[in-house]
Amino acid sequence: MDTTGTLLMPPASSTIAGDVDALFYLILYISIFFFVLVVGAALIFTLKYRRKGEAAVESQVDHSLKLEIVWTVVPVIIVVILFVLGFTVFMKMNIVPKDAIEIKVTAQRWLWTFDYPGGSNSVNELVVPAGKPIKLLMSSTDVIHSFFVPDFRVKMDVLPNRYSTAWFTAPDPGEHNLMCAEYCGKGHSEMLARVKVVSDREYTEWLQKGSGPPEGMSLEKYGEGLFTSRRCVTCHSVDGSVNVGPSFLELFGHQVYFKGGGQTVADENYIRESMLDPEAKIVDGFDPVMPTYQGILNDREIDALIVYIKSLGNQREH
Amino acid sequence: MNTIPERNFLNHPTGLKSWLLTLDHKRIGVMYLVGISVAFLLGGIFAVLIRLELLNPARDIMGAQTYNQIFTLHGAIMIFLFIIPGIPVALGNIVLPLLLGAKDVAFPRLNLASWYIYVVGAIMAIVAIFTGSVDTGWTFYTPYSTGTGGSVVLMTLAVFVLGFSSIFTGLNFVVTIHKLRAPGLTWFRLPLFVWGIYATAIIQILATPILGITLVLLILERVVGIGIFDPAMGGDPVLFQHFFWFYSHPAVYIMILPGMGIISELIPVFSHKRIFGYRAIAYSSFGIAFISFLVWGHHMFISGQSPLASMIFSFLTFMVAIPSGVKVFNWTATMYKGSISLETPMLYALSFLFLFTIGGLTGLFLGTLATDVHLTDTYFVVAHFHYVMMGGTVMAFLGGLHYWWPKIWGRMYNEFWAKISTALVFIGFNVTFLTQFVLGTKGMPRRYYSYLDQFQPLHFYSTVGSWILALGFVIMAIYLIRSIFNGKPAGDNPWGAATLEWTTTSPPPTENFAETPVVTHGPYDFEAAGVKPTFSR
Repeated sequence: MDTTGTLLMPPASSTIAGDVDALFYLILYISIFFFVLVVGAALIFTLKYRRKGEAAVESQVDHSLKLEIVWTVVPVIIVVILFVLGFTVFMKMNIVPKDAIEIKVTAQRWLWTFDYPGGSNSVNELVVPAGKPIKLLMSSTDVIHSFFVPDFRVKMDVLPNRYSTAWFTAPDPGEHNLMCAEYCGKGHSEMLARVKVVSDREYTEWLQKGSGPPEGMSLEKYGEGLFTSRRCVTCHSVDGSVNVGPSFLELFGHQVYFKGGGQTVADENYIRESMLDPEAKIVDGFDPVMPTYQGILNDREIDALIVYIKSLGNQREH
Repeated sequence: MNTIPERNFLNHPTGLKSWLLTLDHKRIGVMYLVGISVAFLLGGIFAVLIRLELLNPARDIMGAQTYNQIFTLHGAIMIFLFIIPGIPVALGNIVLPLLLGAKDVAFPRLNLASWYIYVVGAIMAIVAIFTGSVDTGWTFYTPYSTGTGGSVVLMTLAVFVLGFSSIFTGLNFVVTIHKLRAPGLTWFRLPLFVWGIYATAIIQILATPILGITLVLLILERVVGIGIFDPAMGGDPVLFQHFFWFYSHPAVYIMILPGMGIISELIPVFSHKRIFGYRAIAYSSFGIAFISFLVWGHHMFISGQSPLASMIFSFLTFMVAIPSGVKVFNWTATMYKGSISLETPMLYALSFLFLFTIGGLTGLFLGTLATDVHLTDTYFVVAHFHYVMMGGTVMAFLGGLHYWWPKIWGRMYNEFWAKISTALVFIGFNVTFLTQFVLGTKGMPRRYYSYLDQFQPLHFYSTVGSWILALGFVIMAIYLIRSIFNGKPAGDNPWGAATLEWTTTSPPPTENFAETPVVTHGPYDFEAAGVKPTFSR
């Protein structure tokens, strides 16, 4: 399978991509033909009929029915052909195979959550088996987003008030970028995820692995991993720089001031509440934009994240 | 030696008040020209800032929130304050009555009112920028626009007000074209710019109210929460997209049709040859205006709209491409066996032909359903749009501006610097936007503050292109402004054209013509008009 892509297109990594690319290049060649025809003619006329004096031109031909019919009818035929081809491939993109594996996609500012058959979930990492049709049932919890995987030639808006669907089959294992293509605010360009296409066996193992730290890993290390994989990193820094949300550096055990008055010392319960009910207390100077992690993080993962945030809490005393 | 007529519309009467209360279409046109030039300057500065930020994947000069505001302002100002009013209000106002052999437009007071409404709308938009700004994108998509902070209400209200200016101008022009044509000026002796303006005016009158209503609904949604677009209250955010594009697609033809009209003036004059297929060009403007109302759904192929609707919209979109294609073929054929003179207006006409052809052909990729899925919401769309709007409308506007400039001011700009500037604009534009087609096909989404490292080289070229483009415009501003004061007097008919505006003095007197002209020939019938090709050197 194509992994480097062509001159103008990214790698073609889904079963539909080849059809789309063939159509793309067909239109490109037609366009180049007409461009050369028009601009070439204009250029030749400019050079050949350049004004050389005040003599009037000898020909004042200003119409030719035959010519005008030709240059109307020929383009009509061409665009009708393009229309039919485009629609045919589009229908293939829209009709989901019956045996497709259904994965629920939830978009929110600014992360992607994937729920798999059997109950496991992942954030910003879509794991799918190679060679199997995957149906994505998508919805948004806030504004409109758009699910875009360039390598698959798949793009579909994700709406807050209804489900939208998309599907693809990726024949070979590999990794691909998933981006949000509908403008959704400050973190729009950070709303990136990876699609991991793996073998059937790896997919089954991945589904069964469930949650919990791998054997021998400390809770703090596990939390550090979750900080990236669950996309806390999109909005929170660990080096003190101010992002969409407050930094985690020197947060734990320190005083936090809230919008409209009130304060508390950041302890385990405050941090847990901030993950599950982020609108409950808004830190002064920030907007209430964080989505709830209820249902995304399990208790074990919350524990690990708290341990990790704790470790960042009193760096200075170290 | 040519001289400037002692008494003309610019110097009589004098005083600021005589300008601010003027009913003269030419003065109102000049005031509009000042207005849209300021808007273009602002929008252009924002564009340069956007490109500067995108020089590197990470932060260069501003944060994500500021970036989102800047690209919103670039779009909103360029669309609503520059390109929609653009050609009709400035060049249309100045030359339409001259082209018709009329003393003024049909409703001079309405004309002045529309300028004031434009100014009020512009001030509201600028106040909105300084009181919280707007980060919705110029499309104001719900539910983002109903939830986000900033001065969304004031900005949309500004656009609402600007809409009235547009409707008034459209109405004024339709009546003027119907009622104020000089004796002998039959419909098929009208210059094609007039046909373009006429088709545009019809869209302005019919489509702009839809935008008005849509924006009022958006404002009500934000202020009192009526819930028409809010899913939580049973509303539908996609409905907003339907409403918005029901205006905004016809609106792109409000932007391009007058430009096509200008090109239809320039090519025959600088080829000294009758235009090829006059009736086809005239009718195709109306074909475009009509079909343009039925293609809005092509902005929404991936919005969850039914595949059947998408199929119909795709088909109609291809049909609207045909009349544009016919025009391009006609313009090219006009040059055949002509006497072609490469002065600045013609260079812009040729730039238009080159760039608009690319803009039009890349539309085929977006009208085709399967390829649109991959390309929509990427830089491919950004590039396509700029090739049509800037490569098309702005090139035509600049061509028209350079063409009628000596008529407006009575003086000629420096042709050498004009050619240098044209070359810089043409090269800069292509460097900026040709690269963006490739960014798009490779999968770079639009409206991204940061991007993957793999896209950096192309973003770099695009940013360099924006500097070349900016340099071209700076040079243009300098030689144009200089020419007003010390340009060589141009004479009545410097280009050897056969339409009525060139039969009066440059600048024309307030009443346009010493006596009402009688028209006996077509607009490009140079022999009948007794005009020879101009030739210097």
